Amino acid sequence: MAMEKQAEYVLSTVEERGIRFVRLWFTDVLGFLKSVAITPAELEGVMEDGMSFDGSSIDGFSRIQEADMIAKPDPTTFQLLPWRPDEGGVARMFCDIVTPAGEPFDGDPRWALKRNLRKLSERGYTLDIAPELEFYYFTDASPAREVLDRGGYFDLTPLDVAQEYRRRSIVVLEQLGIPVESSHHEQSPGQHEIDLRGADALSMADQLLTARLAIKEVAMESGMYATFMPKPLQDAAGSALHLHLSLFEGELNAFHEADDGLSKVGEAFIAGLLTHARELTGITNQWVNSYKRLHGGFEAPTFVTWAHNNESALVRVPTIQPGKPERTRIEYRSPDPACNPYLAFSAIVAAGLAGIERGYELPAEVLENVAVTDGDTMALSGVERLPSGLDEALDALEGSELMKEALGDHIVEWFLKNKRDEWRRYRRHVSLFEIEENLPIL
Amino acid sequence: MITLAVIGARQELAGAFEAIGVSAVAVADATEVVDSQPDAGWDALVIDLGLDPARGIAIARRVDEALGLPILAVADLASDVTDVPEIDDFLLVPINADELRIRLGRLTSPTGTTDETIRFKDLELNLATYQASAGEVPVDLTFMEYELLRFFMTHPTRAWSRAQILSQVWGYDYFGGSRTVDVHVRRLRAKLGEERSSWIATVRSVGYRFG
Repeated sequence: MAMEKQAEYVLSTVEERGIRFVRLWFTDVLGFLKSVAITPAELEGVMEDGMSFDGSSIDGFSRIQEADMIAKPDPTTFQLLPWRPDEGGVARMFCDIVTPAGEPFDGDPRWALKRNLRKLSERGYTLDIAPELEFYYFTDASPAREVLDRGGYFDLTPLDVAQEYRRRSIVVLEQLGIPVESSHHEQSPGQHEIDLRGADALSMADQLLTARLAIKEVAMESGMYATFMPKPLQDAAGSALHLHLSLFEGELNAFHEADDGLSKVGEAFIAGLLTHARELTGITNQWVNSYKRLHGGFEAPTFVTWAHNNESALVRVPTIQPGKPERTRIEYRSPDPACNPYLAFSAIVAAGLAGIERGYELPAEVLENVAVTDGDTMALSGVERLPSGLDEALDALEGSELMKEALGDHIVEWFLKNKRDEWRRYRRHVSLFEIEENLPIL
Repeated sequence: MITLAVIGARQELAGAFEAIGVSAVAVADATEVVDSQPDAGWDALVIDLGLDPARGIAIARRVDEALGLPILAVADLASDVTDVPEIDDFLLVPINADELRIRLGRLTSPTGTTDETIRFKDLELNLATYQASAGEVPVDLTFMEYELLRFFMTHPTRAWSRAQILSQVWGYDYFGGSRTVDVHVRRLRAKLGEERSSWIATVRSVGYRFG
C-alpha cells in the first residue's frame, strides 16, 4: 500500500477532526513511553522527514557525541486518543528511530523487534500474541495506598467498585482499536485482568504500550491509580503478563499436528523457550520487584518446566476444543506487565526460533505442582530454577550470545549497566524486614 | 450527462455504466481519444487495464499529455496503478456501481459538490474526507481499518474470503498473511460498537460478509 496514501489519510483526518496535537510515541530501552507533541502545521514535514530530537536525553539512547536522532512516524499507527476532549483532540503515531544518515538506530526497541520478526518471516513464520494483562487499582501510589476493593477471583459483587474503571477501560481500549477478549476480577483484592485478542507481535507490542497508558489514564480520571508493578502487595498475587503464542506458517498453525497434538515445530519452539528461559528472564522480568512475584507463590512459575494444563509450569499448552486446530497455542507464564514488550517479544522470538533452527529436544512434561516442590527435589531431576533475583537474571543475560544477537549489543550493554545499578541500590537498602526481625533481638 | 471514452471495458464494467446512467463510448486507442476531442466532449477517460496493464498505462500517459483529461483505471491489482501519476483514480474489480458513480462524479466535478458518502443503516463513510461516523458520532479509524470498511460497504451482502479481502484491500500479499484481515476485522468490530459489530459477519470456512 502506497505510503503517500496513508500519509494523506493522516493529514486529512487531522484536518477533519480538528486535531490540535499529534503525539509521536516511542519507548526508551525499559519500555517507558516517550512522546513529542507536534502541531498539524508541522505534521506534513514530519511525516516526510521525521522529527529531530536530542537522543542523549533519552535513557539508553545515544551518547552526547551522537545526540541527533530522528523519530519517523509510522502512519499505520495513527490513532485518536479517546481520553482527550473532542474539542482540540489529540492523536498519536508510533515512531521508528533512525540516525541522521537514515539508518535504523540500534537503541530503538521497536527496531529490535522488527529485526527479530523479519528473521522469523524469513523462515516462513509469523507470530501472534494474545496477552493476559494483570494490574492493581490503588487509591494512590504512596506507601499508605489502599486497594480499591475486597473482591476475589471472578467475583461479581457490589464491593467491586473498581469494576466500573475496568469496564470504562475496556470501552476506551475498544475505541483505540484494541479488541478485548474478556476481563475479570483476579485472585486478590484490587487486582484485575484484561485479556486482549491476539494480533501479530509488532501490533501487539504497540497495543500493550497503549493499553497500559489507557488503563492508567482511565483510573486517573477518577483520581485513582492503576499499577502494573509485578508484586505490589507482599501477601497477595503478583501481576503477570501471560503470553499466548501462536506460530503460523502461511495460513496454517505451525504448532498444530494432525491428531490434535503439538507439532514438531511446536515442541522445538517450547524447547527453545525452556533452554534459554534463564537468559531471557532478565528481559521479561526486568525489575528487582519482578522476582518477588516469581518466587512468591500464587501460581507464578519458579521452575523451568512445561506441561499441558499445569498452572505451575513455565510453559503451558492449553487444551483446545476439538476441531479448532487454529487455536493451538502455548502460554509463556513468566513475563510481567512491567516489561518492555518490544524487547520481551524479541527475546521470546529468538529463543523459540533457536529451538526450531537448532532442533532442540523437548524434555518430558512435569505434571506435579512444582510450585509446592522444594528446589532440591527439582534439581535432582535435572530441572532448572528461574533466576531467584535480578542479579542472577542479569548474569544469565550477560552470558547469552543468543540474547546479544537478538537485542543487539547497544541495548544489552545499556540494559545491563542500568539494571546492575538498580541491583546495587537495592542491595544497600536496609528493609523493613531487617528492622522488624533484627532490631529487637540484636 | 457524463460522457466517457472507454477503453477495453469488461462485461461487468459496461453493466455498471448502464446502471449509473452515463454515456460510455468504446474507443480503440489513445489516438482515437485525442483526435475526437473536443467534438466528442469527453469528460473523462476510463481504461480497463484488464490483461495488459502496460498497454493501458501507455495509453493513459499519451492521453494525459495531449488532453489532460481525468483518467480512471479499472484494475485487478492495486499495485498495477498506485505508482502511475497520470492515472487520477482507480477502481478494483469486482466493480461496485455506487463506487464507480462516486469516483466518476469526483473526477469530473472539480468543485467536489458530488455526494461522496456511502451509507449503510446509520453508518456513513465519506470518501472525500476519509471520515466514518456511526449514528452521527465520528468513528476514529486507522487507514487500513478505513480501507477495509470502505471495501465492505462498497461490496456488501456477498461473502469474501480472507485472501480476496487481502488482495483487494491490502493490494498485495501483505506480510503477515490473511490473519491480518482477522485482526483488522476485530478492530473494526470493536470500534463500530457492539450493536453494529454483527454487520461484519464471519462466514464459516469462507471469510466475511458485510450487511
